[in-house]
Amino acid sequence: MAQVVGMEVSLAIAEAARLANVDVISAYPITPQTHIVEHLADLVANGELDAQYIPTESEHSALSACLGSSAVGARTFTATAGQGLELMHEVVYVASSMRLPMVMVVANRALSAPLSIWGDHSDAMAVGDTGWIQIFVENGQQAVDNVLCAFRMGEDQRVLLPVMVHVDGFHLTHMVEPITFPELEEVDRFLPPYKHPFPLDPDKPVTMGAFGMPFIYTETKKAQYENLMASKKVILEVWEEFGTRFGRHYHPVEGYRNEDADVLLMIMGSFSETAMETIDRLRAAGRKVGLVRPRLWRPFPFDEVRQMTKDAEVLIVVDRAISLGGSGGPLCALVKQSLYHEDKKPEVVSIIGGLGGRDITIDGFEQIIDRGMEIVQEGSDKSGFEFFGVRE
Amino acid sequence: MPKKNDNELTWKDLEIGNIVVEPGNASEYRTGDWKTELPEFDHEKCNKCGLCFIYCPEGCIQNDAEGWFVADLYYCKGCGICAVECPKDAIKMVGEEEE
Ligand code: SF4
Ligand code: SF4
Repeated sequence: MAQVVGMEVSLAIAEAARLANVDVISAYPITPQTHIVEHLADLVANGELDAQYIPTESEHSALSACLGSSAVGARTFTATAGQGLELMHEVVYVASSMRLPMVMVVANRALSAPLSIWGDHSDAMAVGDTGWIQIFVENGQQAVDNVLCAFRMGEDQRVLLPVMVHVDGFHLTHMVEPITFPELEEVDRFLPPYKHPFPLDPDKPVTMGAFGMPFIYTETKKAQYENLMASKKVILEVWEEFGTRFGRHYHPVEGYRNEDADVLLMIMGSFSETAMETIDRLRAAGRKVGLVRPRLWRPFPFDEVRQMTKDAEVLIVVDRAISLGGSGGPLCALVKQSLYHEDKKPEVVSIIGGLGGRDITIDGFEQIIDRGMEIVQEGSDKSGFEFFGVRE
Repeated sequence: MPKKNDNELTWKDLEIGNIVVEPGNASEYRTGDWKTELPEFDHEKCNKCGLCFIYCPEGCIQNDAEGWFVADLYYCKGCGICAVECPKDAIKMVGEEEE
């Protein structure tokens, strides 16, 4: 029987990797990811997890070690955050382009400067286009469940891609939450052993990561794109099967009291749980507001976003990152793209908030909704965005 | 992979992640295409010391049945390192068209 345990989410994520029976963990500790890899190091050192733990001198090396590990057919796990993900950046592209499955938990953290160890989605947004499957989670249970799903998705022979699971730094990683852990045998039935079709093997040599001449580079990128888009089918299958086996259901985009809402709020990650409180409060006051929470960040669920937002009058998208001098809110930009060709679509308002660890409270989300509606009523600068809570 | 010319391969023809599944096929790659100059060996000066063989970064210099060192022009990139390193000044780089 599955058991419920009160546990810090970071440790629960490490326990999920243990349940997935990972073969190799390579990581470099960085706040706020540290507890995840510390706990895994403990598990390996104590003989509770039969895996190789490769401590490296940098994140660049950590992810490089993961490439090699996945390439020989070992189930591979890593975790990082903020600057660590930035230092990995070069290798992040390599892992997906070489079709090497692995799971990376990102304890989302703001990017320097100024130095901030606190959470936002800047690190995730900086790797949006790197070709990984990417999932945002909102609480500890979802983190555990989606780490397990991530292995299954990425290692599927039709997919063979690395998967990132985004977990808000501190706001989620350092919370103690009740978590339902599946039994090891249940996980084993859900998660078959990983096999790469062309692993590095001295008896059957292959070359991985060879250079690509101009005559072939475009074709490789097209193949990579098609493969990532086709992974969506498997992602849905895996979530469906997980739901059947474990009773917890996941979707590319999830809603909360959104069906008849005139005004929709959208946000990714753990802040959505606070936003739900706001929605409840406003609903109790008779306002037709709802929440839309994208979970699958890549491949981006354009169709689902369109379906779930097109009938609202106002859609307020909150980004916890900023595209400087570009789109403003990276999530909002994709939402607008989803809706561009629709005849009937909501007015879309882009809000940037929750940067560098700053909370958005229940009252804060109410202010964001009110301000969003005000912007629409005033008809002011719909193409731009506003910072929430910035001191002028 | 079906045998097509390089320029005919479509994205569907590629192995996953562009993995090369045929071992050792880098030997088919004609790096000799890169050169504009090629080494000419002067047997009057050469003492068969083999330094050119050691220094050639392409590993394309071998000695023949009589012990003379020759460059395999299928691979020689024309870098000229052999000519610089030869202690007997026995190698001259000449333009390809002068060949
Ligand atoms: S380095 Fe010069 S002298 Fe020595 S073998 Fe080569 S060509 Fe002859
Ligand atoms: S020119 Fe360069 S590549 Fe060619 S034989 Fe001499 S050293 Fe080797």
